[in-house]
Amino acid sequence: MISGQSELDNKIMLEQAKGVKQFLTFIMADEEYGVDILTVQEIRSWEEITVLPNAPDYVKGVINLRGTIVPILDLRLRFGLPSIEYGPLTVVIVVKVNFEQGSKIMGVVVDAVSDVYSIAEEDAKTVPNFTDSDNSEFVAGLVNVGEKMVALLDLKKTMKIKCTH
Amino acid sequence: MSIDLSQFFEVFFEESFEGLDAMEAELLNLVPGEEDLETINTIFRAAHSIKGGSGTFGFNSVSDFTHVLETLLDQIREGKRELTTEHVDLLLKSVDCLRALLSALQSEQEPDLEEANALRLKFEAILGLGQSEHDNPNSECADEQQAEVNTYQIDFKPYHHLFKTGNEPLYMISELAELGELETHVSHNEIPDITDLTADDCFLSWRFFLNTEKEERVIREIFEWVEDDCDLTITLCGGLFSEDDTAQGAEENNPDSKIEPASSAPINTQEVKKAVVSKAPPPATESTSIRVGIDKVDSLINMVGELVITQAMLTQLGEQEITEATIASLQEGLAQLAHNTRDLQENVMRIRMLPISFVFSRFPRLVRDISQKLNKQVELKLLGEQTELDKTVMEKISDPMVHLVRNSLDHGLETVDQRLAVGKDPVGIVTLNAFHQGGNIVIEIMDDGQGLNTTKIKEKAIANGLIALGDELSDDEINELIFMPGFSTADAVSDISGRGVGMDVVRRNIQSLNGSVEVSSATGIGSTFTIRLPLTLAILDGQLVKVAKHTYIIPLISIVESLQIDITKVSRVGKDLDVLRLRDEYIPILRLYNIFNHQGAIETLDKTLLVVVESDNQKIGLLVDDLLSQQQVVIKSLEANYQKVDGVSGATILGDGRVSLIIDISGLIKLSGLRKPGSQELIIESQANLEAS
Repeated sequence: MISGQSELDNKIMLEQAKGVKQFLTFIMADEEYGVDILTVQEIRSWEEITVLPNAPDYVKGVINLRGTIVPILDLRLRFGLPSIEYGPLTVVIVVKVNFEQGSKIMGVVVDAVSDVYSIAEEDAKTVPNFTDSDNSEFVAGLVNVGEKMVALLDLKKTMKIKCTH
Repeated sequence: MSIDLSQFFEVFFEESFEGLDAMEAELLNLVPGEEDLETINTIFRAAHSIKGGSGTFGFNSVSDFTHVLETLLDQIREGKRELTTEHVDLLLKSVDCLRALLSALQSEQEPDLEEANALRLKFEAILGLGQSEHDNPNSECADEQQAEVNTYQIDFKPYHHLFKTGNEPLYMISELAELGELETHVSHNEIPDITDLTADDCFLSWRFFLNTEKEERVIREIFEWVEDDCDLTITLCGGLFSEDDTAQGAEENNPDSKIEPASSAPINTQEVKKAVVSKAPPPATESTSIRVGIDKVDSLINMVGELVITQAMLTQLGEQEITEATIASLQEGLAQLAHNTRDLQENVMRIRMLPISFVFSRFPRLVRDISQKLNKQVELKLLGEQTELDKTVMEKISDPMVHLVRNSLDHGLETVDQRLAVGKDPVGIVTLNAFHQGGNIVIEIMDDGQGLNTTKIKEKAIANGLIALGDELSDDEINELIFMPGFSTADAVSDISGRGVGMDVVRRNIQSLNGSVEVSSATGIGSTFTIRLPLTLAILDGQLVKVAKHTYIIPLISIVESLQIDITKVSRVGKDLDVLRLRDEYIPILRLYNIFNHQGAIETLDKTLLVVVESDNQKIGLLVDDLLSQQQVVIKSLEANYQKVDGVSGATILGDGRVSLIIDISGLIKLSGLRKPGSQELIIESQANLEAS
């Protein structure tokens, strides 16, 4: 047991040394997106939420996460995709985002959680410059996992909320 | 084995600042010629602990400076020297200077020694030159700068029992490293087989090459404590070893020291590296702490004890079969639990409470300095110093209070001549009074000066366009004008007040603490500023209201009354502002659902509920769908993970776990003004109409 643990540790250390990171991926509008798994705090199901007045439409509101007030963003609305009704598969991924002013705990609503992949940093390709799309700024890189393409999110930019006033 | 001294820095700084406060307070009590030995002893002791502490932690700038100060105090204490006003002034200045030095060190900045050196020269002038030369490390430094740079070979072979004597070679090595360039070689030949190895014996020996300007004596001093526990030879080699060698030596040193006894190896490797290779300061740890009386902690422990008993009782009940009788005792137990929790909550809140004397204590000095500068005679009276106040509130209230006290001294109190001319005691009195009233703490700042000059205020207000020429205002209304932005009656910008930071800032700061400030004044008799603050910022009494399907909380303290709207008393002003006539006031109606953009709320006014709230002396009515319960809520920050939301001061978690937002009344008024341009003016206008009628 102990040796298994240390083997795992070794593997992780080895991977870190090679610049390999693990990414949690999720599905949104049939596309797969990934976030650095170390930023993920927990995954929750969708629950009743307290609406914030005069917030941008993609800010769904705030929830009580064991005594902390945590804002929840809808990633579909954030990306300008059509919103869908929340169902039993709808999940909230709670992430810790390191902003310049300090880290914040925030949640994102996505269609469903998919998988965890180990991705080497050098495999990530930069995003081609789609001229008119605002969304390209949210994507830090693109990677191929088997047949699929996964867009790695730049959380800092994605979770930045513009002031309404 | 090795102790990281930096963990005690915070305690040292805290104690030193406390010591400085004590010194300051005692110095202010000192009257030259009739000094009390006990007072001087107290000052001396405080200075002495600061010197001792700073010496221990290596803050030499502080300890050197405190040393001269202490020498003077010592002479006064022993009666060798008469205490003069000059001494007291100088000592007070050095308290300020020490405070600045310590703050700089605390924030890990290089302290500015200019003032300290200037003050030290003054001390030395008083003490006489002979002594000062001896104490001045500057001159020592100067001597040594001219000294030759020598290389010493130091062979240090501690006996095996060195650690048992409580000595740590690492410290000696780091001390050596401070003397100059140090090259370290470790010999680990003596380390026995693992089976014979005892972890608390020292098997290592060292050879150092030290490149220093210091004399051999200084090096020997480092090893003073271990002289009898080691073989030590220090030989002068002369000549320099090259830079490259040093670096190499340091590098070699690290792998070597890894072969140290297992128990100490990890720590030592790191520490040696730190001492020899880099002297980078440890990362700053920002933490604030409060001192809590043991009685408060004891009572908390008692309460937790009771809570545990209640919980045990409830668990027992839960295991029994449910009958009528168990339900009754279950309810009883739950009531007990509620009681315990409330007590516990109150007591936990009390931990944050500190006596207001923490704020008051800075005023004697302030008053002394300012009155000297203004050439006025002032007596400061402090009342209710034991009144307790939340620490956060305390930190934020002290600046507005300083401002108000300065104002009282500068504008309120007259000069000695003026006071004599109107037949008053030449000594003006400024009183600071704190007491509890209801759920609030009240702080009064009173002076027996000339009172507010209503004519001058009115002229100024007209000149600034705050009021119109023909406006008839009562004295209270005129006094209220000083809190308006951009108002300052000071004829010239002085050092003390009138720097453009007006009373409006004072009021805004106090309002940000959910407090209020008022002024009352009588010409020729004096003026009183009254600050009202909530006891704590963390908890408030709230009224839960319903808007559409959302629950909001209105702070109970700002609610004047709640009523059902009688549509016949509503009239429309302008395009979209409804005003309710309530007795002889006009209350603008703000539709919460409109401001917060919620759909599905009751939109008709007739028979709908209106919560009348007051903020900034302005009453407004908030249209709500329903009034729910009243309860105490714990304020949680929205900004921690999100950002500021206009019209909302924070959030809380309700009994069922849902989040509810707390309405910020003054923010709401601003928001409604923003969203409907012109309505802000209308509110004021309707208020003005009322006043005119």
